[in-house]
Amino acid sequence: MTMATAATTDPMLPQPYSVRQVVKETADTFTLTLEPSNGAGGNRFQPGQFSMLWVFGVGELPISISGDPAERDRLVYTVRSVGQATHALVSREVGEAVGVRGPFGTGWPVEKTEGRDVLVVAGGIGLAPLRPVIYEVLHNREKYGRLVVLYGARSPRDLLYRKELAAWARQRETQVLVTVDYGGLSWRGHVGVVTTLFKYARLQPARSLAFACGPEIMMRFVARDLETHGFAQENIYLSMERNMKCGVGFCGHCQYGPHFICKDGPIFAYDRMRPLLEKYEL
Amino acid sequence: MENLEHIIAEHPFFAGLESHYTNLLTGCASNVRFDAGTYIFKEGEEANEFYLIRTGKVAVEIFAPQRKPIMLETLGEGEVLGWSWLLPPYQWRFHAHTVETVRAIALDGKCLRTKCEQDHDLGYEILKRFAHIMEQRLEATRFQLLDVYRVGR
Amino acid sequence: MTERVNQYVLESRDFQQLLDALIKRGYQVLGPAVRDGAIVYDVVESLSDLPIGWTDEQETGRYRLRRRNDEALFGYVVGPQSWKKYLHPAEVRLLTAERSGRTFRILNNEPAPPRRAFLGVRACELAAIAVQDRVLEGDRYRDPIYAARREGIFIVAVNCTQAAPTCFCTSMGTGPRVRGAYDLALTELVGPGKHEFVIEAGSDAGAEVLAELAPSAASEALCREAEAAVERAASQIQRRLDTTGIRDLLYTNFDHLRWDNVAQRCLACANCTMVCPTCFCTTVEDVSDVTGTHAERWRKWDSCFSQNFSYIHGGSVRSSAKSRYRQWMTHKLASWIDQFGNSGCVGCGRCITWCPVGIDITEEVRAIRESPASSKESSHGKP
Ligand SMILES: Cc1cc2nc3c(=O)[nH]c(=O)nc-3n(C[C@H](O)[C@H](O)[C@H](O)COP(=O)(O)OP(=O)(O)OC[C@H]3O[C@@H](n4cnc5c(N)ncnc54)[C@H](O)[C@@H]3O)c2cc1C
Ligand code: SF4
Ligand code: SF4
Ligand code: FES
Repeated sequence: MTMATAATTDPMLPQPYSVRQVVKETADTFTLTLEPSNGAGGNRFQPGQFSMLWVFGVGELPISISGDPAERDRLVYTVRSVGQATHALVSREVGEAVGVRGPFGTGWPVEKTEGRDVLVVAGGIGLAPLRPVIYEVLHNREKYGRLVVLYGARSPRDLLYRKELAAWARQRETQVLVTVDYGGLSWRGHVGVVTTLFKYARLQPARSLAFACGPEIMMRFVARDLETHGFAQENIYLSMERNMKCGVGFCGHCQYGPHFICKDGPIFAYDRMRPLLEKYEL
Repeated sequence: MENLEHIIAEHPFFAGLESHYTNLLTGCASNVRFDAGTYIFKEGEEANEFYLIRTGKVAVEIFAPQRKPIMLETLGEGEVLGWSWLLPPYQWRFHAHTVETVRAIALDGKCLRTKCEQDHDLGYEILKRFAHIMEQRLEATRFQLLDVYRVGR
Repeated sequence: MTERVNQYVLESRDFQQLLDALIKRGYQVLGPAVRDGAIVYDVVESLSDLPIGWTDEQETGRYRLRRRNDEALFGYVVGPQSWKKYLHPAEVRLLTAERSGRTFRILNNEPAPPRRAFLGVRACELAAIAVQDRVLEGDRYRDPIYAARREGIFIVAVNCTQAAPTCFCTSMGTGPRVRGAYDLALTELVGPGKHEFVIEAGSDAGAEVLAELAPSAASEALCREAEAAVERAASQIQRRLDTTGIRDLLYTNFDHLRWDNVAQRCLACANCTMVCPTCFCTTVEDVSDVTGTHAERWRKWDSCFSQNFSYIHGGSVRSSAKSRYRQWMTHKLASWIDQFGNSGCVGCGRCITWCPVGIDITEEVRAIRESPASSKESSHGKP
């Protein structure tokens, strides 16, 4: 093989994209819209997939795609600034370049939900990788049954996509419930962890698929409670997170028992995760 | 009365309870309504009833002198509010503050306590149901205490 | 006297011809050489670069060179290095980028690696190369850096005629006889008054080189002698790793007390992963110049023994030494099978030799096998 072909197929080489828009969602979370610097289009991705985003000279991070899969001319990410690299990422200005590799990983099995109800359970930044599912269902309303979105955040100030949540709630066959762990007195919504919303969800567990994303411990509570609400383990999907240095199975960092989160996941059915989730320091 | 018994029998909390017990319970029940922004009960008051919420939303709150009131949880349709009537000293431990107008069935705790003492089978049925709710709330509280969405660990 | 097809004899005094034939074909020949008290791999141009008359003495946590009483070229077992040094180097530049205005350009001007021949590849090492091929070229994505280095490697394999006390290739089904994809395979026979090699080709490229050496066919007796020499190495191997049901054994003993025991000895120094010919884990480091116009990304070997390896925002997933040793051993012997269909251990014994405190993977497996404990028993066991 010549080096030229190696370069074109090198999954470790980022493509430069430029920042088109930065929207502040909360005090520490921003949504970035990127478009290819060289004008190339066709950014197909499946809801739930992630990219490796590289900030010139700083570092590279796995970030889920949070945009609309129908909008092929851009890639949208929602990033919470928690450390050096995420801080550098959200500090990019419009016109600046970010390196993009991917999309990588498995998506949510949206195709399996055709004709069935879809339950989306999100915690904190975990709504970002689930937003593409919501777009997909709402754009193709006739293909899917009811859509129920249950979203938990730390406090009302930490809620992402507030306007959109309200707009989704107005769509037909769609129920959106939001809860916070700590509500101020002006908060009129629910207070309590996201699992306390299950009893209000109007759907038929036996003919539904549940997609959950949030901190691992939250997903454990969610999956366990969904089971008691009549969801079969194989109809519950989780998005897992581990350290990632490559996204393509080379670096070994994302191993989770027999799985590589980057290429076998990050989306896994709960029946496969359950025995592993109970293992401390796996 | 007929209607009330029907509501009680249909409420998820009493699902599966034998009909002579629902009939007995109806004798301790009444329909109640609370406007939004009012208190159903306050911490320290005597706890003599519990509520099956039919519609609306109630916030369970607590406050410390130097702090603003803290909303611990909200309860809504199909849920049960209050178990301090069940065990001594029969005093409310929190405030119950309506966020929306609440329509509920109030069950007289004193009346129910007597009936449970007289008929331990009924007492066991009631306790089992409350134990289940307490277990769920305890678990939710533990989950909440983990503060899973905060940055850093 | 009968002869065997494909087996030839090469006199040691003609060995230089083999090197010359490879060099003439444009190969950079890499092979064993003595450096700083160990046999390592380096560029080999003449016979005298080889570790003539040297052998290695290995034991748990111990390695040293000793002189042999003959002139054997391959009279040692395996050293601290493996061929991954060349195929999957300890440090490699992934990219160079230059800022231009608000965007950047990727300058991918890495020179192509030289055409290389590996001289002296042991059976376990050949197996290890196959293991890494599977990981880095044979899965969903292909690593072009590895692929470019791997492509067209000429392999001169050497059958082992002696084994170290740390070897257990027989347990892992990888040696001591070389099997699989080599171009030429040698068996060195050295004794009073003789020094020769039985040589056979394993590929067209190997056959072509062999033809150029014009060796004479090996006699049946010589071939038998070579086989017996390899058999002797096999029978020297005392170390055993019982692989029966090994995957489930380790999976079900996730909470075994032995992990606590080994954690008390393990320094988490990562030596075992660095010397292991199959460990492939890497991290990536960013470097940029002071002006911030030039940036590079470097891929470097990493180890599951390092604390940062499993870091996700807020802390490491595997913060205890116990969990990191368990990851290493469970990956090698159990989850590797689920991931790639084969064991991640080829039985070369390097991790045993190079462990500063003498932890022995075969011993750890035995300890768990001999007192398997369900998680309940072990976590509620004696205080
Ligand atoms: C599949 C996947 C999808 C993700 N999607 C999102 C998303 O949509 N939005 C979002 O805000 N966050 C997401 N994350 C988490 C995000 O990658 C981490 O928050 C981020 O890497 C933290 O880097 P930092 O330097 O800002 O933080 P620090 O805590 O300071 O981390 C220091 C360094 O540790 C490393 N590190 C920390 N966490 C990770 C990690 N998970 N993987 C690799 N390296 C890590 C990085 O090298 C980082 O520079 C996702 C993670 C994964 C695995
Ligand atoms: S685990 Fe040890 S014996 Fe097995 S291949 Fe690696 S270094 Fe060799
Ligand atoms: S044992 Fe550790 S360093 Fe080696 S390949 Fe497995 S995870 Fe990577
Ligand atoms: S992120 Fe590198 S192997 Fe999965």
